[in-house]
Amino acid sequence: MRDRGIIIGGLILFLGLITFPVWYNAAAGTTSKGPEPKLPTEEKNCVAPVDYMRSSHMDLLVNWRDEVVRQNVRQFVAFDGKTYTKGLTQTCMKCHASKADFCDRCHTYAGVQPPCWDCHIDPKLIQRSTG
Amino acid sequence: MSIDRRTFLGVAGLSALAIAGKSTLDALARGEEREAASATQVATRWAMVIDPWKCQKEQGCIDCIAACDKAHNVPRFPARAHEVKWIWKEPFDKAFPDQGSLYTAEAFRDRPVLVFCNHCDNPPCVRVCPTKATWKRQDGIVMMDWHRCIGCRYCVAACPYGSRSFNWLDPRPNIKALNLDFPTRTKGVVEKCNFCEERLAKGEQPACVLACKEKALVFGNLNDPTSAVRDLLRSRYAIRRRPELGTQPEIYYLV
Repeated sequence: MRDRGIIIGGLILFLGLITFPVWYNAAAGTTSKGPEPKLPTEEKNCVAPVDYMRSSHMDLLVNWRDEVVRQNVRQFVAFDGKTYTKGLTQTCMKCHASKADFCDRCHTYAGVQPPCWDCHIDPKLIQRSTG
Repeated sequence: MSIDRRTFLGVAGLSALAIAGKSTLDALARGEEREAASATQVATRWAMVIDPWKCQKEQGCIDCIAACDKAHNVPRFPARAHEVKWIWKEPFDKAFPDQGSLYTAEAFRDRPVLVFCNHCDNPPCVRVCPTKATWKRQDGIVMMDWHRCIGCRYCVAACPYGSRSFNWLDPRPNIKALNLDFPTRTKGVVEKCNFCEERLAKGEQPACVLACKEKALVFGNLNDPTSAVRDLLRSRYAIRRRPELGTQPEIYYLV
């Protein structure tokens, strides 16, 4: 039992180290912070209920993509009976005008990198290149 | 009543034959119906007729090419090895290697021919694509799904017209003016003319057709006997690029 001090000290050091991210985030005040995407103010309804969009917008977008590109079906009848043209930059970005303030907030928070913008153009990019 | 063995076998055999024959006839009849259905189903077959003489009236005009570049975010790379082309001009003897003689070469020296994807009826690029990123639509457009292209370049090798280009570099920095309504491509993706399918969906004519001041490009539906393309093909003699390959190209050149 002569090593009791070293063992207990080591254990405390070990626990401290593996719980470091928890302490660090608590100190920085980032744990309770959500991604806080900026929602559009003028339009109240999206193409689907908010809960669905929050959890499954990626499925909706992939379905849109496949239907437009592969089946040439371009109109989408929303849950409230309104008809939309399927399109990321043409429809979504009309309301959610800023990729940085909307898409990126959650994607960065969740650490995902969807490849949409490799090809589809962020409207802000044009403003920058022309003005 | 009793039947002997010989009669029993005869009757049984004939019955079996009748049952088998019925199902065969049914299957054949269904096949005919299906064929008839597919023949009537395709109401549209997009095609283009080009009048090279009208096109060559103004030497060095690139209105159609510029319009296409703008509509589809086609990049312009300085090096020829990186070139990406949707619609471009090709020397006559390269566009029609089977048509020329010693003397036509002279006649066409300064008269390049406008070429682009032929939207073949029997497209070799579609046959070789391992991911079905390219396919032939019902209306004849050889379409591409850039989301699915893995950049293997089989289609580039398969196309006898050189209509497909590969993005060796990131195209974005080399696009003059970005068009928001159309995506760009990324490095590692093949691209080509899409017959302006995004404009056709809105009921508009292809960008190159609208851009041509001489009206040298005529676009229309081959399956409609009253269409402008059918009119031209009925009244003038037209050739296609390398028809001997059996790809059934659907771009016609008036002579």
